[in-house]
Amino acid sequence: MSEILIWVFYLLSFLSLYVQIYFLVVFLERRKDIIVRRQPIKLNNYPAVTITVPAYNEGSSVTKTVDSLLALDYPKEKLFLILVDDGSTDNTFEFMQAYESNPQIKIFKKANGGKFSAQNLGLEHCTTGFVGCLDSDSLVHPEALKRIMTYFLNQEVMAVAPTIVTWQAKNIVQKAQKIDYELQIYVKKMLSFVNAIHVTPGPFSIFRIEVFNKLGPYKHAHVTEDQEIALRMQTAGMKIEHAPDAYVYTMAPKTIRGLYLQRTRWIYGFLRNAIDYKHLFFKKKYGNIGFLTLPSGFVSVLGVMFLFVFVGSRFVQYLHNKSLEISATGLSFDVNSFSFDPFFINTSTILFVSVFVYSSVLFSLYMGHKILHGKSKFSLDIFLFFIVYSLVAPFWLLKAVWNAVRKYESSWTAEIDSR
Amino acid sequence: MNRKDVIRYITVFLITLTLFLSATWLSSFLNGRKLEDVKNIQDKISIDILSSETQFQLLQEFSCKDVSATSLSGELNDLAKKISFSEENIKNQDQVIELKKYYSLLQIKDYLLMEKIRSKCRVSVVPIFYFYTTEENCSDCVRQSAVLTELRGQYPELRVYSFDYNLKLSALESLIKIFKVEDTKLPAVYMNERLYTGFQSTEKILKTFPELEKYRIAREKAEAQLEAQTKLGN
Repeated sequence: MSEILIWVFYLLSFLSLYVQIYFLVVFLERRKDIIVRRQPIKLNNYPAVTITVPAYNEGSSVTKTVDSLLALDYPKEKLFLILVDDGSTDNTFEFMQAYESNPQIKIFKKANGGKFSAQNLGLEHCTTGFVGCLDSDSLVHPEALKRIMTYFLNQEVMAVAPTIVTWQAKNIVQKAQKIDYELQIYVKKMLSFVNAIHVTPGPFSIFRIEVFNKLGPYKHAHVTEDQEIALRMQTAGMKIEHAPDAYVYTMAPKTIRGLYLQRTRWIYGFLRNAIDYKHLFFKKKYGNIGFLTLPSGFVSVLGVMFLFVFVGSRFVQYLHNKSLEISATGLSFDVNSFSFDPFFINTSTILFVSVFVYSSVLFSLYMGHKILHGKSKFSLDIFLFFIVYSLVAPFWLLKAVWNAVRKYESSWTAEIDSR
Repeated sequence: MNRKDVIRYITVFLITLTLFLSATWLSSFLNGRKLEDVKNIQDKISIDILSSETQFQLLQEFSCKDVSATSLSGELNDLAKKISFSEENIKNQDQVIELKKYYSLLQIKDYLLMEKIRSKCRVSVVPIFYFYTTEENCSDCVRQSAVLTELRGQYPELRVYSFDYNLKLSALESLIKIFKVEDTKLPAVYMNERLYTGFQSTEKILKTFPELEKYRIAREKAEAQLEAQTKLGN
């Protein structure tokens, strides 16, 4: 049995390392194409853009979101906002009404129908060539829209995903997420180079309106409509870009429970959408999305769960033996008994493979940090990331897999209410 | 997907495979060095035993002053730890089992020599035989090992000979027959010419060997005297 577990470990480690090496090779091929602008830019042409802000029980935070959109460095006559109250039970709509007199803004209130329905309402009232959405728990960098719009100079580009970073990470849970978001910057950029992005995030992904004209509106899509639309675009052969310098600040969940609910929904959505789009898997005509992104998503879900059980069972066995030893001899601490002998250093293949896998993940973290900040600085938050994610991620993955098997959907509104 | 993508997939596969094979090779190389280290220690112990035996035979009428417990190798304990570590961490189990057999033989030879010395001289050595199993989940074996390891640290006069019951070795099988050890009653401890099955506590072992406490007092007294002499000398 333990032999089988070790071989499963090797297989999953091989696949994980394969994905990381793949990103490294892409990075070496395309590193000069990573554009990060730190200074304000000017565009020759400013296409008109509509941004929908769907909100459910966001209270006053919707004000910050809308204010950040209004503060975008973009001509006012070219930027339109559609605020949609998705049946909030708090005072969200009152906060929205404060913008009633602004000619850039239209405000709607509807019965609660989920985020996708609010976004579709925005699409219905959109009259511009470009459309996007901004979750009402997010803020945008003043330069973000201009930086995104430069990618649309390429007529093949149908959507551009921004770079999401955490807004004022204060506690341990948020600091751990900060590192996770930085890791995603590098991953997403590498995926964009091989046209394999599988999600156009809710916060501030911008689309050409043709995307929805040709493919139809957002779908319920297991409460992850931003993943589904990206997969629909990949099926239609539409190119999705990533702007690593178009920053969107998201208010990361403050509690473990909030993080757990959010990630359970994301992973559940990924699994269910990947099943719905199983025709993409390993088909040459769909390219790298089916050969790399979707299979590697499944590998990471399996890998983290397996690692948790594999390492956990060994740790439990170790604790069991230690408790047996202590029960036999009592708790004794003999300083003289400690002597260093290199013989007792672990030199197993498992250790070296783990070192390779973790080194490759650390490289991704380093690159994400460097793209974001323009400099490399070691942050102790990396430890928080490994600790929090190692301990909690297996549970949201297990729950998401369990929910996916039972087709039990996570609730977006419940997630917001838990904050 | 174009040709460039295919080439990239193959390149990445080859790099990953190389890294994996490097990890396997590095582990195998370092573990090989470790097993070599174990073998070298065993060879050294073997020579020590042979040397002591020869010395013993040469000096039939030797003075007990010349031969003491120190004639017995002090490295058996160190070796036991290394073999136990190798068993848990090194994949090449055949090689580890071979070394374990060698170790078991050395322990038996060490015991025979010790008995010869004990029969002629008053040496402060107390032998104890410990039989365990690794084939089933033996919680009492874990506890018994912990007790014996601790006692061995506290009382260097206690010479623990530990044997894996399931090791296929004729000399060990003979020992098992002589001591009438049964595989269903493990762990088993043979001390003071009696076999005890199941877990034996520290108190029980110390009660069986009251001389251990006397040896400890004598040892500590001698050490204190030596320290005092060294201080005076300085």
